[in-house]
Order: sequence, then structure tokens, then C-alpha cells
Amino acid sequence: MAETQSPIDKLEEKFPASILEVTTFRDELTVTVAKKDLYEICKLLYSDPDFQYQFLTDLCGVDFLPETPRFQVVYLLHSMKNSRRMRLKVRVPEGESISSVESIWKAANWLEREVYDLFGIPFENHPDLRRILLWDGYEGYPLRKDYPVEGPDFDKPFVLEV
Amino acid sequence: MAEKRFMTINMGPQHPATHGVLRLVLELDGEIVVKATPHIGHLHRGVEKLGENRTYHQFIPLTDRLDYTNAMGNNLAYVLAVEKLLDIEVPKRAQYLRVLMTELQRIAAHLIWLGTHVLDLGATTPIFYTFREREDILRIFDEVAGGRLTPTYMRIGGVSKDLPNGIEEKIRDFVQNFPGHVKEYETLLTENVIWLKRTKEVGIISKADAINWAVTGPTLRASGVNYDVRKAFPYSSYEQFDFDIPLGSVGDVYDRYVVRLREMEWSNSIAKQALERLPKGPVIAGDPKIPLPPKEAVMTDIASLIRQFKIASEGFQPPKGEVYASVESAKGELGFYLVSDGSNQPFRVRIRPPSFLNLSALPKMIEGSLIADVVSTIGSIDIVLGEIDR
Repeated sequence: MAETQSPIDKLEEKFPASILEVTTFRDELTVTVAKKDLYEICKLLYSDPDFQYQFLTDLCGVDFLPETPRFQVVYLLHSMKNSRRMRLKVRVPEGESISSVESIWKAANWLEREVYDLFGIPFENHPDLRRILLWDGYEGYPLRKDYPVEGPDFDKPFVLEV
Repeated sequence: MAEKRFMTINMGPQHPATHGVLRLVLELDGEIVVKATPHIGHLHRGVEKLGENRTYHQFIPLTDRLDYTNAMGNNLAYVLAVEKLLDIEVPKRAQYLRVLMTELQRIAAHLIWLGTHVLDLGATTPIFYTFREREDILRIFDEVAGGRLTPTYMRIGGVSKDLPNGIEEKIRDFVQNFPGHVKEYETLLTENVIWLKRTKEVGIISKADAINWAVTGPTLRASGVNYDVRKAFPYSSYEQFDFDIPLGSVGDVYDRYVVRLREMEWSNSIAKQALERLPKGPVIAGDPKIPLPPKEAVMTDIASLIRQFKIASEGFQPPKGEVYASVESAKGELGFYLVSDGSNQPFRVRIRPPSFLNLSALPKMIEGSLIADVVSTIGSIDIVLGEIDR
């Protein structure tokens, strides 16, 4: 995952105010960007010949309660041409939405639904934003840190509603 | 003129051809599928949430239960992520044993796929052949790890135990005979007219679409994309093995079948190489803080007993940070993304399930095709719901 510095410079040149942090841990490059330019940055990373991150390996949420902004949405991008990976992170405050990248990578469709389902982060312009693993009408977002691991109703008797 | 009307039918969640509890809602125009909507989550157990509430060691057995046909590969992906986080070196012998076991596991997983997939399409014979060989592999796992379906063989820093006496002979027998068995499957299927009619030009996904939908594994390679994690980001000494990546060209069900057959042959060859070149030495890292001490030492030496107790109850505390490690599982790129806050439990465990993304591309493959081809296509992408729903 060796990343030369130059392409990141290009990103910083184009979006000087939106590149918040660039870190490398265990040879993995992580770039934290501002929420407002996320879609444009993703579009550049997808199509620019220096990047060509055409494969969205993963997209997930992380809850950092009690920090603010509370959530992070993490994108793991992969460029098959350059055999490189990079991680893109966006901080999302509680109650705010984030733009969907479904129109860039179709793979984001289900992955964003999963983040919405388990963290309750809504995605703007998503064509089909429904719960995916849990059923419609489920209350709560299980992967949030304030959600009990046993579930909220584990000590209540089970009553079948007919 | 009569109004054009579609018929909506429900397939699953208890349908033999959906390989688990997958439900599909199909909108049909006659026999043509206009729209397909998969509904998943019937097997959701909250594995990622459970991972945040136990130590790093305690999560290993849960990984066996993700894709339960590929337990060794799941173990490996998880321990690789933790080892990357800890930045520890794994002994060469352990790396080779890992390769040996995951390649045998890949063969076993592909054999399940082959048997059940052709059974869905009406060929009842091959499953008896494929399960015969799969049984051999599971018996090997039973002797090596003490478990057939859920071996939990890998440990952070190595593997749980060295090979027992006499097992090398059994593995050698297996790898010697297996290429002949692949020929048997081929005589049953490869030029079988009914098989060709049901699989050729069915469930096609193009190269560009497959990449855009983040499809991985044999399904991606059948579309002609040369991407295999073992080659692109080698782990566990894969760079020292000699193997090819079989590719398809059309991206239909038949290509996926051919790619998996060739992949089994290469896996067999890798297993053979690993067995021949198996280095001598320890099978787990010598780090005193991470792996459990050997049982004999625990019974005779007070310091090891204390270490055993500390590691089993408290675990260890990796540095703060985040890592992603992935392996080429039987289904595709299986990755673990771990976020550590410096405590003895992961802050976040994210599993990148290959079947989840492969299934998300299913509507793309089947919309516009006949309803009979839906069964053929679901079988060909080889999904396991335990991994999709987590």
C-alpha cells in the first residue's frame, strides 16, 4: 500500500480547506475530509488518472460516543490499476446526513443502507434508503455505543402481539 | 387495450435454491424477471456488536460462523488484522500451515458449491462425488484442529497446534488423488448438454459492472478481471507459491463454474507445494504477552500459569490505531477493519463480507432474464447467508 506523496498533494491543491488530516499507520494511508466536499472528492478519486480508485472495497460507520462529531463514515478505496488502497474518513455529527456516493460506486448502495440501518446516519440522494439487515419498524440503531449489547428489551417478557 | 400488469412472486426465505434464508421478491412479466428485490437479514446475529464486547482472542470462534463453509479463511482474515495491529511476526511454519489449511478449505467450500449448485439445476449425481472428497478434507481438519465445520485453528501469532503424527501422509494422499476427482466432475458436467443450456449466457455481468458493484472472488474473475488478494496484496507467504489466477471471459454462470474448477486445481497445487516445502520450527510467535503459553508449561511452571490466566481473562492491549487486512476467501475478498482504542477489546470490528456485495449485484445479473435462470444465477455467485447477515 505504498502511497507516493504526490497524488495527495494534488488532492490538497484542489480542495485546500477540505483535507483535514492525512495519517499513515502500518503503511495504510488515511485521509480525513470535510463532509461538504465528500462527493466531489470521491468523484475526483474515482476518475482522475492519478488516482483511479474505481473499486469501493468497503464502507462502514464508527461511533465515537462521547466525542463530537460523534460518527465517522469510513470508505476503503482500491485502485486496481495502481494496486493501491486508501481510506477516506468523514466525520458526521449526530442528526446530520451525508451525501451518498451510490452514483459513483454502485457497491455503496447496500453498504450505505447498512450504515443507515445500524447507525442511523441518513444518506442524501440514495435511491433506496431502507433498513437492510433489520426489519422495517425496528426501533434503535444497534451498532451505536449507547445501544445495549443484549438489546433494549432483553429482560422483558416476550408477548406475542396478534 | 388491456393495461400491462406484472405479477409479483415471493421466493424464499425457505427455498432450497436460495442456499439459506434469502428472500427474493420478483416482479414478472410472463416468465421474464422485470425487477428483483433481495431481502436479507434473517440470520442477523450482531457479530460486529459482539466483537466490541469481548477480547481479541475471544472473537476468533465467532469468525468460524460467518461463512461456515470457509472457516479457516475467516480465522485467517481476522488474525491477520490483529497481527497487523500488533505488528508481530508469524513463524514461517505457521504461515505455511495457514496456507495449507486455507487452500484445503477453499477446495471444500468449492465442492459444497459445486454439489449444491448442480443439484439446484436437477443433476443429483455430482453432490455424492463432491461430498465424498469434502469429507476427506473435513476428516483432515478434525485431526489437525479438533473440529470439522468450525475448527478455530488459527491463533493470534500462529496456529493452535502443530500437525499430528501421520496426518501428512493423509494430506499427501488427498492432494495426489484430487486432480483425478476433478476430472470425474468434468465428465459429468463440462460437456453435458443440459448443463450447458442452463449455464451458458446466463446471469451475465460485465467487467465494468462487476468492478462498480465491488464484486470479488470467482464471480469477478469469471468476468475477466484479474484481481485476487493472494496476488495483489500477498499475505502469509503467498508470494512464495507458484500459482495462476484462472479467468473467464463472458462472465456468465458457465464461466464461474470453469473458474472455480480451475481454482480447485490450483488450490490443490498450492496445498501440495506447502506440504512439500513445510519449514521446521515453532507454530506460534514467541511473544510472551500475546499467545497463550504451551499447556505443558502451564502445568509445571508458575510463571506460565499466571501468564495463561492473565491472557485468558484480560487479553492484551494493542496500540491505538486502525487496520484493514483481507484474504481471498472462497467467496471473494474477506476483510476485517479493526479500530483499536488501546484497550483489551476492539473498539470497532467491521467485517467486509464478500457474499454481501456479490449478492447486491444479483438484481443486475437477473433482471431481464427468465425466472428459471434466477436459480442458476443465485447458485453461481455462491452466497452464504451467515456471512451476509452477520
